[in-house]
Amino acid sequence: MAKILMKGNEAIGEGAIRAGCKYFFGYPITPQSELPHYLAKRLPEVGGVYLQAESEIGSINMVYGAAGAGARVMTSSSGPGISLMQEGISYLAGAELPCVIVNIVRGGPGLGNIAPAQSDYWQATRGGGHGDYQLIVLAPDSVQEIIDLINKAFDLADNYRIPVMLLGDGVLGQMMEPVIIEDQYETKAPKEKKWASTGRMGRGSKNLVTSLHIVPEDLEKHNIKLAAKHEEISRSEQIWEEYNTKDARLILVAYGTTARVCKAVVDMFREEGMPVGLLRPVTLWPFPSQILNSLADQADNFLAVEMSMGQMIDDVRLAVNGKKPIHFYGRSGGMLPVARDIYQEAQKLLMEE
Amino acid sequence: MRKVFARPKSMKDMPMHYCPGCTHGIIHRLIAEAIDELNVFEQTIVVAPVGCSVFCCDYFDCDAYGASHGRAPAVATGVKRVLPDKIVFTYQGDGDLAAIGTSEIVHAAARGEKITVIFVNNAIYAMTGGQMAPTTLLGQVTTTTPKGREKELNGSPIKMSEMLSVLDGSAYIARVSVHNPAGIFKAKKAIKTAFETQISGKGFSMVEVLSTCPTNWGMTPLKALKWLEENMIPYYPLGEFKTPTEVV
Ligand SMILES: Cc1ncc(C[n+]2csc(CCOP(=O)(O)OP(=O)(O)O)c2C)c(N)n1
Ligand code: SF4
Repeated sequence: MAKILMKGNEAIGEGAIRAGCKYFFGYPITPQSELPHYLAKRLPEVGGVYLQAESEIGSINMVYGAAGAGARVMTSSSGPGISLMQEGISYLAGAELPCVIVNIVRGGPGLGNIAPAQSDYWQATRGGGHGDYQLIVLAPDSVQEIIDLINKAFDLADNYRIPVMLLGDGVLGQMMEPVIIEDQYETKAPKEKKWASTGRMGRGSKNLVTSLHIVPEDLEKHNIKLAAKHEEISRSEQIWEEYNTKDARLILVAYGTTARVCKAVVDMFREEGMPVGLLRPVTLWPFPSQILNSLADQADNFLAVEMSMGQMIDDVRLAVNGKKPIHFYGRSGGMLPVARDIYQEAQKLLMEE
Repeated sequence: MRKVFARPKSMKDMPMHYCPGCTHGIIHRLIAEAIDELNVFEQTIVVAPVGCSVFCCDYFDCDAYGASHGRAPAVATGVKRVLPDKIVFTYQGDGDLAAIGTSEIVHAAARGEKITVIFVNNAIYAMTGGQMAPTTLLGQVTTTTPKGREKELNGSPIKMSEMLSVLDGSAYIARVSVHNPAGIFKAKKAIKTAFETQISGKGFSMVEVLSTCPTNWGMTPLKALKWLEENMIPYYPLGEFKTPTEVV
């Protein structure tokens, strides 16, 4: 265990290695480049493989092969590349393959720009590709949390046999912070993957990694099984942080970089003695709706703050379920919301009281 | 009585869904025989495509993967990088490999990925109803070229073996045909050589097999074999385009 200074993107790489990830397949795109640069150097040092694919379609299908072979494997990209991966992610979910996919979100739609954004929320939390499936989506807000969550991501992936997405943005990727990191994380997931397709080697029966179920009865059965798994994850794996929510009448809801700004806003209000708090979802799927719904009994208003035109607010609405009014403040296109503007927006709501 | 002909051990004992007279079945058998003869069944892993051969991951009794359309070489890359001691092969149609999957096949070959690719060229998209494939011959009638493939509109058919053989990473590239017993014999030899190339770690290997689709060609099985011989072989010459000895 050591305390060191690390950049967010590098922390993803080092955290993954210490979680036992030996394989990375990726294709260059800003703003996640430090991660592949780091892993290209580090993975061979630990006997792993860094392979640059011909495209994000190539990378995600290499991930499918490596995950099917039982390895801990990761890929990383940003908006346009993650869009290209969607078919592959759907296959991974269908075949129930564990893996970690990093999306350092940039401004969209289209080529957009390379500035930080949170506009891939819908894509990440609604499956993203075709079919009935979900990914677990984790949204850290500090470099330390990146380290903690990347380790957790691999365990969740293995325990539930599901792809896990780490959703960050350029600010988080570039940010340098001191972190405490273990030499090697002890996995809580089963190490042996009996289902992996690794060559029969005297096993006596074949293993098949596939998402094909040609008979409708079979596919329905499979989808019911996936849904039960999603249900269990929803029940057991919601993670959130409450910041000054105890007596809050106005609750901001924000994740990742935006949540850091919102914490400063809450501090500003608290200095004036105003009852403002923040709920920060750490898992975006499963969304922490239980806590949000119970907070709706106490608060008068909610303000969703995002670096998008309003995507996470859908989940806030579903969670609050009509109990209290929900408002929105967002910046888009790579613009960061500043504390002063959020403060003003929030103050309007407090004045309405 | 002495048994002179039996199901190869690498094939599962189950009925295949291929149409009567389709040569996919012959190609399956040749692969299974090669695996048996090389005694690598327990180490072998097949990556199946999307296409008529989507169920080949059931027919081969070894460990298996179902890949998305065109991406089998990328999936095989992922598998092989994790399990370098195993024998990994893909089985792909011409739509799968030579249209949607061109990027994956070209770069797997360029990297010298130590996998074997069995490329079934039947000059048509069979599974989806007989549409034009990148390998469809000029003048050939398909459901999307009702007047025959026109060069002006659709360009000319792709010769994948020739294309891939210029890449340094390719160690063994051959084109064979299964339209007659002599062809089948040569096809078997090429498939075995391709696997041997992988086993000895020499690089990327691919065997393109000219194959029939009586159903979508609208021909009897016999007529289809003759059509293949008379039309496909002149455009797609048979032979070895690259052999491991050329690899420096
Ligand atoms: C992304 C995607 N696009 C299209 C399809 C539909 N599709 C299924 S099989 C196929 C063509 C297969 O043709 P080929 O590879 O030549 O194999 P064959 O059926 O002739 O053996 C297509 C286009 C698909 N499954 N996935
Ligand atoms: S449609 Fe053509 S390629 Fe497919 S099984 Fe039938 S004959 Fe064979």
